[in-house]
Amino acid sequence: MKDFPYTESKDTRSGFGAGLQELGKTNPNVVALCADLIGSLKMDAFIKDNPERFFQVGIAEANMMGLAAGLTIGGKIPFTGTFANFSTGRVYDQIRQSIAYSGKNVKICASHAGLTLGEDGATHQILEDIGMMKMLPHMTVINPCDYNQTKAATIAIADYEGPVYLRFGRPVVPNFTPADQTFEVGKGIVLNEGTDVSIFATGHLVWKAILAGKLLADKGINAEIINIHTIKPLDAQLILESARKTRCVVTAEEHQMNGGLGDSVAQLLAREEPLPLEMVAVNDSFGESGTPDQLMEKYGLNEAAIVAAVEKVMARRK
Amino acid sequence: MAQESSFAASSETHTPTPTKSVDQLKQIAAQVRRDIVRMVHAVNSGHPGGSLGCADLLVALYFKVMKHHPEPFDMNGVGQDLFFLSNGHISPVFYSVLARSGYFPVGELATFRKLNSRLQGHPATHEHLPGIRVASGSLGQGLSVAIGAAQAKKLNNDDRTVFVLMGDGELEEGQIWEAAMYAPHHKVDNLIAFVDRNGQQIDGPTEKIGGLGDLRAKFEAFNWRVLETDGNNLEKLLPTIEEAQSLLGQGQPIMVLMDTQMGFGVDYMMGTHKWHGTAPNDEQLEKALQQLMVEEAGDY
Repeated sequence: MKDFPYTESKDTRSGFGAGLQELGKTNPNVVALCADLIGSLKMDAFIKDNPERFFQVGIAEANMMGLAAGLTIGGKIPFTGTFANFSTGRVYDQIRQSIAYSGKNVKICASHAGLTLGEDGATHQILEDIGMMKMLPHMTVINPCDYNQTKAATIAIADYEGPVYLRFGRPVVPNFTPADQTFEVGKGIVLNEGTDVSIFATGHLVWKAILAGKLLADKGINAEIINIHTIKPLDAQLILESARKTRCVVTAEEHQMNGGLGDSVAQLLAREEPLPLEMVAVNDSFGESGTPDQLMEKYGLNEAAIVAAVEKVMARRK
Repeated sequence: MAQESSFAASSETHTPTPTKSVDQLKQIAAQVRRDIVRMVHAVNSGHPGGSLGCADLLVALYFKVMKHHPEPFDMNGVGQDLFFLSNGHISPVFYSVLARSGYFPVGELATFRKLNSRLQGHPATHEHLPGIRVASGSLGQGLSVAIGAAQAKKLNNDDRTVFVLMGDGELEEGQIWEAAMYAPHHKVDNLIAFVDRNGQQIDGPTEKIGGLGDLRAKFEAFNWRVLETDGNNLEKLLPTIEEAQSLLGQGQPIMVLMDTQMGFGVDYMMGTHKWHGTAPNDEQLEKALQQLMVEEAGDY
């Protein structure tokens, strides 16, 4: 099992803020909108550098999505910022009609996704957003794993024409992705080559998969670990190559089982290469208040849950 | 069907020019109204009532007021006035005016609401119909989009104007009021919005269904500059639009409350919500066309 050294832990939302700040310097067409959550979204630096390219919308997310669609008419590249819950479920029809169906080049940037939002509880812990967004035709869905990758993804999507949903979070997590790693939309990243099982993880679960990989190595299990940062378009080629080699698959994500990465991988395997699959995900439940670590343990989204899923799926392998 | 081939037979388009007389605009509006009733009749669906009521406004904008370049169509529209239709169900009037002002062939109106057409039931960009800049139909979204486009114009140092039309029933949508609060706060003063105040929505009169109340007081309280006019009288509508244009650039968005009659121009469709989303039959179409004839119209 490869080692993944890191010198610091950071929140992915700060990676978004840093990426947006850099875009402010490099791309004059980038504009930003926020629905009264500047601090939470780490948008301060962009706003300080480019006050004329920032629009404070207030607590009016539906209007924000419409404004963003309108700003593209004139060549702007709008980045909207609010919590994942208010970026998706609250404004689904605005995104569907004014952005996705209209083919608008809007980047919907969503923080505080999933259980790791923590103490605020289930009202804010959206676990359905990947599903909602990936169902929209032509919508790209990205869920990077750490600070560096979120920064790189933020920068990359400015040059990626079309609507994008970029999902990140609140907690501080190990920042292990190389700072100079180019972000390629739709291209998974093999973190550890293995032969016994394929673990496809996204977002905060990528680090948990690395931790699980070490525990599995201690048990003599050689896991292939792949970071699927783009859920749509899915890197079908990479997933199938790995699955055909290992003959069994585990997916891991901070999302509902319905509609998430596991759901996409299951569809792909069912069509192309039916193989045993276990999903580490929230199983048809809302979250609750608690610390991020407590919640990830209670809802089965940690390294222990991944190890258990691996052992289960390997027992099913023919 | 004779009614459909009429679109193809009438190949005349009207090049946008500021020199059109009121009489010429009235003739174009009559032609647009004939297109509307033919289009909805041909597919036995669509929304003739609101379309007929807004024909005068769209003709005034596209044939007199707006500076715009139909060909080649430019989505970004920098240097052009832009129009957004928020109440997308009145697509027949939008399509007719776009075709008649040169965005696409008039004959294509015959494909309205049919399979593989660019003229979807509600306006869409997906099929790349020239003149459409955003999909609409799910109500309440167009004002926000228009404001965003107006702010893009400011960023681009583009001094042209953004126009948007909303239905009055549509004002029951919450997003409208989010946008209504935003635009004055951000001094979006390159925007002229219109409300088609015909007083009707699908289930009946707006005051019975949603209770819109005093719209002037409401928008003024939101710090809009509000004008009122008769949307079915070009002699009154055109000066009101000129007045609205004279108020641009003064720190406030402009709202024109436009009294109209749903179904205007066809007597049996007027003064009722019955023709909001109902198409005329053959006999009713003939009656409507007879009422919409004016001399020198050119296509009959």
